[in-house]
Amino acid sequence: MYVLSAIVSLTLLGLILGLLLGIAAKYLKVESSPIVDELESLLPGSQCGQCGFPGCRPAAEALAEGKASATICPPGGSALAEQIAALLGLDLDLSEVKEPELLVARVSEATCTGCTRCFKVCPTDAIVGAPKQIHAVVADACIGCKKCVEICPTECLQMHPVEVTLRNWRWTKPVLPVASNALC
Amino acid sequence: MIHRKPNSGAHVGAGASVSHIMRQVILALMPATAFGLWCFGWPALNLFVITVTSAVFFEAFCLRLSGRIAKPVIMDGSAVLTGWLLAMTLPPWAPWWIGVVGSGLAIILGKQVYGGLGQNLFNPAMLARVALLISFPVELTTWANVSPLFFSHSPGLVESWHITFFGLENLDASTGATTLGYIKTEFSQHHLLSESLKDYSGVLSFIGWTRGSLAETSTLLLGLGGVWLIRQGIIQWHIPVALLLTVTVLSGFFHSIDDQHYASPFLHLNSGAMMCVAFFIATDYVTSPNTKAGQLVFGAGCGLLIFVIRTWGAYPEGAAFAILLMNAATPLIDHYIHPRIYGRDRKGKPLEIPKS
Amino acid sequence: MLSFFSKQRIRGGVHAEEHKAATAALTIVTSFPLPKKLYIPLQQHVGKPAEPLIRVGDKVLKGQLLAYSQGMISAPVHAPSSGIVIDVNDYPAPHPSALPIRMIVLETDGKDEWIEAQAVADPFLLTPEDISLRVGAAGIVGLGGATFPTAVKLNMGRENHIDTLIINGSECEPYLSCDDRLMQERAGQIIDGVRLMLHGMDTENAVVAIEDNKPQAFLSMQAAALPYPLIKVIQIPTRYPMGWDRQLIRYVTGKEVPVGCRSSEIGVTIHNVGTAYAVHNALRHGQPLVSRVITVSGGAVARPMNVEVPLGTLISELFSFCQVDSELTARIIMGGPMMGDALPQTGLPTVKATSGVLALTQNELKSDQEQPCIRCASCVSVCPAGLRPLDMANNIRINQLDVAVDLGLKDCISCGCCSYICPSNIPLVQYFKYASGEVAARQQAQHKSEQTKRLIDARNARMERIAQQQREEELARIAAKAERERLKAEQEMAV
Repeated sequence: MYVLSAIVSLTLLGLILGLLLGIAAKYLKVESSPIVDELESLLPGSQCGQCGFPGCRPAAEALAEGKASATICPPGGSALAEQIAALLGLDLDLSEVKEPELLVARVSEATCTGCTRCFKVCPTDAIVGAPKQIHAVVADACIGCKKCVEICPTECLQMHPVEVTLRNWRWTKPVLPVASNALC
Repeated sequence: MIHRKPNSGAHVGAGASVSHIMRQVILALMPATAFGLWCFGWPALNLFVITVTSAVFFEAFCLRLSGRIAKPVIMDGSAVLTGWLLAMTLPPWAPWWIGVVGSGLAIILGKQVYGGLGQNLFNPAMLARVALLISFPVELTTWANVSPLFFSHSPGLVESWHITFFGLENLDASTGATTLGYIKTEFSQHHLLSESLKDYSGVLSFIGWTRGSLAETSTLLLGLGGVWLIRQGIIQWHIPVALLLTVTVLSGFFHSIDDQHYASPFLHLNSGAMMCVAFFIATDYVTSPNTKAGQLVFGAGCGLLIFVIRTWGAYPEGAAFAILLMNAATPLIDHYIHPRIYGRDRKGKPLEIPKS
Repeated sequence: MLSFFSKQRIRGGVHAEEHKAATAALTIVTSFPLPKKLYIPLQQHVGKPAEPLIRVGDKVLKGQLLAYSQGMISAPVHAPSSGIVIDVNDYPAPHPSALPIRMIVLETDGKDEWIEAQAVADPFLLTPEDISLRVGAAGIVGLGGATFPTAVKLNMGRENHIDTLIINGSECEPYLSCDDRLMQERAGQIIDGVRLMLHGMDTENAVVAIEDNKPQAFLSMQAAALPYPLIKVIQIPTRYPMGWDRQLIRYVTGKEVPVGCRSSEIGVTIHNVGTAYAVHNALRHGQPLVSRVITVSGGAVARPMNVEVPLGTLISELFSFCQVDSELTARIIMGGPMMGDALPQTGLPTVKATSGVLALTQNELKSDQEQPCIRCASCVSVCPAGLRPLDMANNIRINQLDVAVDLGLKDCISCGCCSYICPSNIPLVQYFKYASGEVAARQQAQHKSEQTKRLIDARNARMERIAQQQREEELARIAAKAERERLKAEQEMAV
């Protein structure tokens, strides 16, 4: 008798609570923007293709599906990697990742013909110049996507690492001698 | 042209090192250890050597397992110290495997699993001791009589090996209860303190001529060692003073109310390795708080817990448990008690400009 | 311990071994031979670099303006000796990286001829603003090592109506004794400079604070300040870093400078004794800042001394004068051993900030074998800023930089007390400097990312506008063509 009443009451309880949960799921749902949109808004949007995907939206989709690692975007650097990891709830081990070397384009003035093809493709308008005038790259705006390098007919555009000056020199992290590395 | 990687920070140092600190602590422990070994004879020495050696062995083993070179790490002395402290807390005539298992627990579970030196959450020696006490209660509560070396009833070398490797045969003749243990069992038979403490000698327990752990019986020698360590600047006074003061105040308060059921502060301070815990175990750097105020709270907490466990708990001696519990509380203490940054208030906001 | 409850006057700090005996007893050497070439950086101060107004080939006199200050926070640069400007180019800077910065190279002619002095008969007749102007024009910056332009500081002091000028004679770093000797030998000039600074800030009270390991300097300064009752000379306990301005202010006045505020906002300002001496020279003799006293010391130095050298002197020349054994030298440090920078070579010039150059042997250096942190918390007890170095460093080691920032990384003054005391030889200050740089770099990367987005959006908008324009033009052209045909058709109809 007791067993029967226990079975009945627990079943009823389960049904009622399940019903309540269903109602809550429908009417109390929190609208959240799709994760892909949020990821896309984090990425630079220059469609440079350095990540290997044909643009920032496909890269965002791959990240959301877990097919790409958080460190995929070179122009974003480790700051962006951290943000992506935070959004996706991933564990990020930045110590293994070397800071991707940011390359900027530079015009070799000797061979520039002023054809204007490069500044037409630059996504950030980082190249200044006019037809038949020697062009120049504003290094601060250059994101290293290499579109200009690919299109230049005289190959006068080269990628160089950002110059280290006294202004952007930084202290390196002290390196632990191997013998006394902690296990974790 | 840069010849070497840039060095920063202070280029000179105070000259301290980890091995120096360990050496100083071991030096402070020597008088009490020597006295304890003398008091309990060859079996105690066997156990001591076995425990310390296995501690070093287990440390080397763990290091090799993780692919590191063992020698430089062993040389910092921390494994020796852990083994030493553990050995001091064991019953003097315990069998050899107690020492080995204890060392293994202390080094492997208490230290290396967490990441090695500086990473452990609990005091390794206390962790091992509690694990042993709960797992092997009989061996850990068999207290040998004081049978000093070169005296008549002290076991000889061969007999001591027999004791260490094959166990004690004639238990009743050579063992008995400690003061705290005896009081507890007497309470369970409804005998009051005035009866239980008939044979208690304050002087002997102060010197250490009483049943107890291998090297923790001598309040005098441990206290002197501890004070010397404070003078040397290796430890601070905050934890020992807070701990001992709390125990004194609490036990004194209860003793004044009812001296038949509550032991006097003197008895508490002179028994159950109070001095060893106060000066050498609670003051362990890794598991105690970083600030002076935090250390006071820690010491007081330890003292409170020791008194509570001794008086109302099932165990006669609660120091190991108290230490473990307070070790768990250390991160919490450090979270709430920390120095105030110059120019900011305690919450971290910049100070207001004084209007003058 | 009770300090937890009360506001204590000195917090933390270490008793470093002083190593001052070798140099503190000797008189300042003024017979340093004039170098053949002087390398004068355009930036020897906080703020914008100076802009050169001379050209290669120009002949200049000692004290002549070589580069003028740019902007609000800047300082000019003057010729330390007479000669010819032979180059204005990039040379390795006196910095751990030895990366190049722009310098003026002067080839001296040996005559050391001063420019005609712009001295004023009685500087006390000048207005306070004029005093600041002249101090600024003389290129004077904080000579304690901070190199903040003194004129700007005087102006801030005047505008904030400060009530006390503190003169920092502590010189808490080991090995250095240049301020000590300056106070012993030229106390009168220093006090005069103090009085001039007081006038420049329109205030009257000054306190000269001298660590008690310099009893002679104390007596000397006390005697010089005797005629001026509002200039008090006091002794302060010897404890590194007593010379940290905020620690000194709290000790002397009991007030704490809130984070993010300047000391002048609470009515106090601090200047170094060397700065006061330079102010005296500028205002009494019309001499801009062209030389300074430098301590050369360390185990590898055969003739340790305090020596007055023209700015721009290469360290190699300084070292050969003091007979430094390069075999024994394990590290060259510019400044003191606690906060100074290790330099990679000696072909670097001395600048306004150089209070000392040390050649230390391997024995004198801290071991660099880093061992695991044993959480002894010595670093917490010595930190004068009230930080928790062990927690910050342990978080930085595992790349949790945000946690380190929350613990107060930005409030670290890099004094080095924690590194000094650490028994595991952990280079704590280097962790903090690394982390600060890394956080700044990430913020820059963040800004660049946002800027990139803006640029891309702007470009897209521009392309959109152009496309729109083209469409409108196309439509207009079609409409015009249609209109023309309609008119033509009407005309044909009319005929």
